[in-house]
Order: sequence, then structure tokens, then C-alpha cells
Amino acid sequence: MTFHQPVQDTPLLRVTGLTKHYGARIGCADVSFDLYPGEVLGIVGESGSGKSTLLASLAGHLRPEFGRIAYDGRDVLAMSETERRRLSRTDWAYVHQNPRDGLRMGVSAGGNVGERLMAIGGRHYGDIRAKATDWLGRVEIAADRIDDRPSAFSGGMQQRLQIARNLVTAPRLVFMDEPTGGLDVSVQARLLDLLRGLVRDLGLSVIIVTHDLAVVRLLADRLMVMKSGHVVEQGLTDQVLDDPQHAYTQLLVSSVLQV
Amino acid sequence: MYVAVKGGERAIDNAHAWLAEERRGDPAVSELSLAQIRVQLKLAVNRVMAEGSLFDPDLAALAIKQSRGDLIEAIFLIRAYRTTLPRHGASNPIDTAEMAVDRRVSATFKDLPGGQVLGPTFDYTHRLLDFKLAAEGGVGPVATAPATQGPVPHVTEMLNRDGLIEEAPRDDTPPPDLTRTPLELPASRPLRLQAITRGDEGFILSMAYSTQRGYGRTHAFVGELRIGAVAVEMEIPELGFAVEIGEIEVTECETVNQFKGSKTEPPQFTRGYGLVFGQSERKAIAMSLVDRALRWKELGEDFSGAPAQDEEFVLYHADNIQATGFLEHIKLPHYVDFQAELELVRRLRAETMAMREAVQ
Amino acid sequence: MTDQAYNFAYLDEQTKRMIRRAILKGVAVPGYQVPFASREMPMPYGWGTGGVQVTAACLVPEDRLKVIDQGADDTTNAVSIRKFFQRTAGVEVTEATAEATVIQTRHRIPETALSEGQILVYQVPIPEPLRFLEPRETETRKMHELEEYGLMHVKLYEDIARHGEIATSYAYPVKVEGRYVMDPSPIPKFDNPKLGGNAAIQLFGAGREQRIYAVPPYTQVVSLDFDDHPFVASKAPHDCDLCGASESYLDEVITDDQGSRMYVCSDTDFCATRQEAGHHGRLGVPQFSSKKIAKSLEGFCAAEGVTE
Repeated sequence: MTFHQPVQDTPLLRVTGLTKHYGARIGCADVSFDLYPGEVLGIVGESGSGKSTLLASLAGHLRPEFGRIAYDGRDVLAMSETERRRLSRTDWAYVHQNPRDGLRMGVSAGGNVGERLMAIGGRHYGDIRAKATDWLGRVEIAADRIDDRPSAFSGGMQQRLQIARNLVTAPRLVFMDEPTGGLDVSVQARLLDLLRGLVRDLGLSVIIVTHDLAVVRLLADRLMVMKSGHVVEQGLTDQVLDDPQHAYTQLLVSSVLQV
Repeated sequence: MYVAVKGGERAIDNAHAWLAEERRGDPAVSELSLAQIRVQLKLAVNRVMAEGSLFDPDLAALAIKQSRGDLIEAIFLIRAYRTTLPRHGASNPIDTAEMAVDRRVSATFKDLPGGQVLGPTFDYTHRLLDFKLAAEGGVGPVATAPATQGPVPHVTEMLNRDGLIEEAPRDDTPPPDLTRTPLELPASRPLRLQAITRGDEGFILSMAYSTQRGYGRTHAFVGELRIGAVAVEMEIPELGFAVEIGEIEVTECETVNQFKGSKTEPPQFTRGYGLVFGQSERKAIAMSLVDRALRWKELGEDFSGAPAQDEEFVLYHADNIQATGFLEHIKLPHYVDFQAELELVRRLRAETMAMREAVQ
Repeated sequence: MTDQAYNFAYLDEQTKRMIRRAILKGVAVPGYQVPFASREMPMPYGWGTGGVQVTAACLVPEDRLKVIDQGADDTTNAVSIRKFFQRTAGVEVTEATAEATVIQTRHRIPETALSEGQILVYQVPIPEPLRFLEPRETETRKMHELEEYGLMHVKLYEDIARHGEIATSYAYPVKVEGRYVMDPSPIPKFDNPKLGGNAAIQLFGAGREQRIYAVPPYTQVVSLDFDDHPFVASKAPHDCDLCGASESYLDEVITDDQGSRMYVCSDTDFCATRQEAGHHGRLGVPQFSSKKIAKSLEGFCAAEGVTE
């Protein structure tokens, strides 16, 4: 259970009225929330509920038609692509469900972790390598695998490598899209444990999308439940899970959490 | 090799002289005339004109003779000549409905206004070597019929009247010119069509074939294929009207493809288009399939990762003159680069050996 | 078709103006790849059509042209391009670096320092330094626009991780005026230090890829590296066997099938000038020029059946 409270009273991310359509179909509609520094927000819902669309719109991979996203007081949607891409390789990070989408499969583990360091100006090979080694250790990958390519890694290792690659530049806001999806249950548990430790140690703000309520119970301070593109319920994670108000949330909780 | 490659001036002259001798071949065999090439190797001439983007059968025949029948080399000669020609202006769009058709077939309708005209085609010939040709057999008189009179309407026009196929409204925006402006992406459809019509026949064929095998499938029917002569007209500013400046033979293919629709939009067929100089029907059909595959974005289809859907891949690799030049340039000397690599490999090997010895 | 049927230096004036505009833009934005409507030239793509078009756009009748390939004036492709301009422009040609006003080169920068007023035209096969990391032109242009060059260093990082050093020996990427990462064409990295602060105008033409870029005189050009693995301009650890030069880039020549070798300057003009000034190396004969040696070796190698 995570109990770290927001340390500041101004939100890091303020989202208002965010709406994204695919033609006539709703992707997500009128989504508003605040995310405070150090806070972990879980977004749950079944597939097609709009949670992935929302995440992609927040991270700048999709362009929403309406609404505002303010990051640290700056209007994200009004930024030039240069500014936005700079943000996404410094302050922001994005952990894909499939590590192949977030890693360079033809580049060694060390190079994968080092890329963000070099992208922001790291020009000392020894320092980059030392930092990569350190981060491989933090995600429980042996230092002697530093020159191996991710294709030689197991799925769980690849996912941990992707996390190291994202966190090495100490981002403030991390987007995670089903980070434990596609992994074995035992591997999932280990990864969740690792993530929980990293989030706490680094004081990260995280938006995590998942269909797995166990993941959010373990990681998220707050929860948003989505259905058909709309947010149907939000609140503190324990509150929502223990006393769901919306019929859909009740269904979700009863069908999954009783296991 | 240092010595062999240097001092090349005499070597080049001698090589060229030898080439000229080889081109002529055995002087006891009578020399090919340009007229023979133009008339009897007409499909080769057509290909050289199409990919050389210059409609001039005499020059194409000359290029084929000069290149010893290497058609890509011939296309290259035409392109290099074409690029030096002054540009006097642009013609009006040709009107293929007014074409004097030699061949016109539709795969979508059994019969249609204007009729099906099989024309001079290899289709339905049995591909058996005809040894009579080896004996220079002449051809007797063939039956003729009166030419079709009046315009031959397009099949797609008929579908369009019923709203069954997407609209293709006339657009008089001057198209971009691939030969005068650098290729920049994303490319508009006119630019893509230009690149494909002068693209390598083999490449376009393979791209089209790949769509049929599932890499970017578009379910194409040949709505219509027509071959024949069309008039080229040009506005003369001094006169204030258009005059006919000549006639060219073209092959046009329009495909009718998989319909799309949604809850709000009724389903409609979509179009692919091919237009090539001369009788070049394989190329024209292939072109229309590739055109259609490249239109996935404007038609709201998914990008399946197929090569034929990938505009950058198709447009950057379709030109055989670019491709052959770059491919063959690797036979030029590279010994400065190779020397640098040699030094590097030697040094890295020495370091590895030294480390191995140190370990032992 | 007679040669008089073609315009001075082959290209028509309109085309030349178009190319000159691209060159001027390139000079104004050093290292930036300017798209230009490359023409089909009477030599194949990949054989110097970009360089030839840039040279054609720069030439005036008073110019003295030098053409080198692999540093040498008498390699086949250099001969062919030089002859082309003699035929179509009728300009004077020279082999002396110092006397040339325009030098078209493939794969080398002359050893003799260039001076103000000279133009060095490079033939470029692949102008995009990021091409082999990212095949899409649309994406690489965006990377340049946004100065996203992290990937370039990832490649250098991978080299060091695998080989202990940056294993790029030619076409070694550089950064121009702290902004654009640029491919210096496939010159050996030995030549890279001559790119920066050069008194001459350096123009780069890529015909097939339709790009022109430039390094104006006295521009800062930095070879990419790491602080703890600095760039080193390397060459074969030998002296020239003909002229004895220790500071020039060398070709390695296999002289028999027993593996005997000799090392000679790749820059033939530099080597010949030194020999004429009385310098000689291990195998050099003071009174003969390198060309005479080469000629005498020609017969020998032909007799031995030595091929490339």
C-alpha cells in the first residue's frame, strides 16, 4: 500500500475537458483531473474504454480535439513539437506495454539505458557506462549483461530494461501503459514490487493504465475508472475499490478482485 | 589496385573503342536500322519512352541501338538527353475519352458502350516459339474493321453516375514536377503517379504483385484498360486557344477497388489509376494497383506495414536510373575508405591478440 | 549531337541558377542539407553527379579545375569527369592543388592546405549521417530539425562497448557550428581535421539523394566523440615509400603475391611535388616523379597479373 501524500499543493499536471474522437466514434470524452507531484494515478477499464487513448493523448502521441493539458503550468497542446519532444526525453518518460516498442532491439542494454543521457548532452563514455551499470543493478539486471542486446533477454528482463532506460534521466512524470501485461504472474509480481520501490524512492508522478486491479491496488494513490470513453468514477484507490459507487466499478471489482 | 586504376585516360579511350566495336558486332551481319528497332521492337521502344519520360520513338530507338539493347542504359541515355531540353510550356491534360482505341477491355462488365476491343495483344496466344519467324516469314494481309467513331466513355464514369465509385473531380491545380523540384514527402497523388509512371517496370510490377498476395491488399478489378492514340493540345497565348501539336500513344488503366463505407457513409468503390506512354499494359495495370495501395491514408484505411503502402519506400526506390547508378558505383575505387578500414581492423586485431596473450 | 549543342558546363542557365540558390542557402545554414532538383547527368548516379552539378554551377570560364578521386588526378573516374568539363566548359585544368580555383573530389581532402577563394566540391553518396540508424528521410529530417542527435552518440557508444574505440574509419560524422550533424562524405577520418577552419569554401553535392550542403570558410567543424574517447585522426603507421612524407594519407599497394607491400601518398600531386623538390622515401628515386614510377610499375603488375 502506498501512502506518500502530495508534497506540493500545485498540481504537476492539470487536465481539463480532454476529448478525442476517432471519426464519429468517441475515444475519450471530457476527461478532467489533477495530478500532484509524487502521486500515482491509476486508470482502469476494460479494453475499448478509452484509457489507452487518454494516455496517448496525454503523452502527445495523439492530438485531442478539445481540452487543455497544463504541465507545470505550461500549456502542452500549445507547445511546438520541438518543445514537446524535448519534454518527452527529459521530464517525461513512457513505458510501453510491449518492451519491443520502447527499446532499441539492435542496441546493447548499456546503449539503451545511455541513450537518454546522451540525448541530453552526456558526452563522457565512462560516466554513461557507470550510470547504465548502476541502473541495470537497480532493475536487477546483472552488470555483465550490459553489452548484450535486449533480444537475448527474457520478457521480464526486457521490461525492466525499458524501465531503467526511462528512469535514468530522473523524469518527473512517467506514463505507463499496461507495464505488466503479457508477463507471467510470478514475473509480474516481481516487476510490480520493483516498480513500487522505484516510484517511492524517486518520488515519481505516474499515470498508469491497466485493466488489472491488482496492479493499481499495489501502486496507485488514486484511481480513475473509465467506460466507453467517459470517466465514471474517481477517488482514492482504497475508497474506490472497497466501496465502489458506480455500477460498472462494482462489476469490475466483483469480477476481478474476488479472485 | 593502385597501378591498374591510375593512368586511366588511355584505358578509358581504348575501352570505349572496344565497346563501339562490340556494339556493331560481326560486320558480316547487316546493321540494325533505327526504323527496324522502332517498328519491330516497338514494345522495347515504348518502355524506354515511358521510363525515360520522353515520347520520342526515334530517339528511343537510337538509345536502344546505342545501349546494345540494355533498356535501362537506353532509358538513362534518354533521361540525360531530356533533362537538357528547354521547357517551352505545358500541354493541356490529354482527354483519354477521346482516344482512338486500338485495344479496350473491361474485366467488370461483359459488354459496355464502345464495346470490348481485344486489339493487338499477346493474351490468348499460346506461348510456343514460332519457328517461322526464324525464317523471316512474312505476314499476309489481316482483316480490318471500320474504326469506332466518337468518344468512348470510361467505365468509371458510368459507375460514377450512379454514385457507386468515389468522385474524382477535375482539378486544374498544376501538378508538381518531379523533374524540376526535389522530391519531398509526403507526396501528393499527382507526384506519386509521376514517380510511378517513370518508375522501373519490374519494381512496380513486383510492388503491385505483392499487394495481390496480401501485402496491402486492395481487391482490384480492371475496370478498364485502353490503349490508343490521343491528341496533345497546347494553349498558345498569342492565339488565345489550344492547338493540336501532336499525337501520342498511351495505355490507361483504371481499377475499381474494394469499397469502403461506414454507418454514415454508404459504401462506394474506390479507384486506382495508371497511365503510361505507348503500349505498356503490364506497367499500366501495375501502376494502378500501386497507386491504389498508396492511397490508404486519404481513404482512411490502416497502414499494415506493407511495402506497397509505404510512400517513402516506393518513391525512393522506384527509379531504375538512380538505383542502377548507385548499385554500380560500388565498383568504383574505394581504396581510401578500404585502407582506413584495413588500418582499423589491424589495430583492433592487434589489441585483441595482445589481450589474449596477456591472459595466457 | 555536337558539344556546341550544350550550354557552358553542360547545364542550362536556369538549372544552374536553381543549384546556385541551393548552394547559397547551404552556405547560409552550414551543415544543413538543402533539397535541390537534381538533374539526370550523362554519368550514372553514384558516380559524382551531385559534385558535377555543383561544379557546373560554380564554374566560370576563367576557372582552373582539378578533379581527384581517392586523392589521385589520374584515377579513371577523375579522368572521366575532368574530360567532361574540358569538353563542355573548355576550362583550363590542372593537377596542382595550389593552382586550382575549383577542385572536385571524391573521398579525399588534398594534403596541401587550401586558400581563400578556392572551392572544394565533394561528391556525396549518402548525405544523411543518420541514415543507417534511421532509414526514413521524413524522420531524419525531423531529427535534424529538433536537434535530436542522441542516437548518433548511441552508435559511437556501441562502437566503444564492442571494440574499445570508435570503429568508424571514414564518413566520420561531424557537427557544424554547434548545430547540424553532417556527413563529410566518405573521406577517411584522417581528413576530418581539415574540414574545420578551412579557408576554402567546401560544397557537398549528392545527386541521387537531391541534396546540397556547405561548410563556409573558417567554420567550426567538430568530429563527434566522447570526452574520455576523443577523436583521433589515424593513418597507416608508415612513411610514403616514394616521397618519404610522414604526415600524408597513404595507399597500401600489394607488390607481389608474397604479401610485399609499399605505401604511397594517396594525394598524387602532393607526392609528386615533394619528389620534385628532392624528397624521397624507401623506394623513391629522387629524379623520377611518382607518375613515372607508377608507369613503370604498371607493366610489372600487368605481367604479374595483379588485380584489385
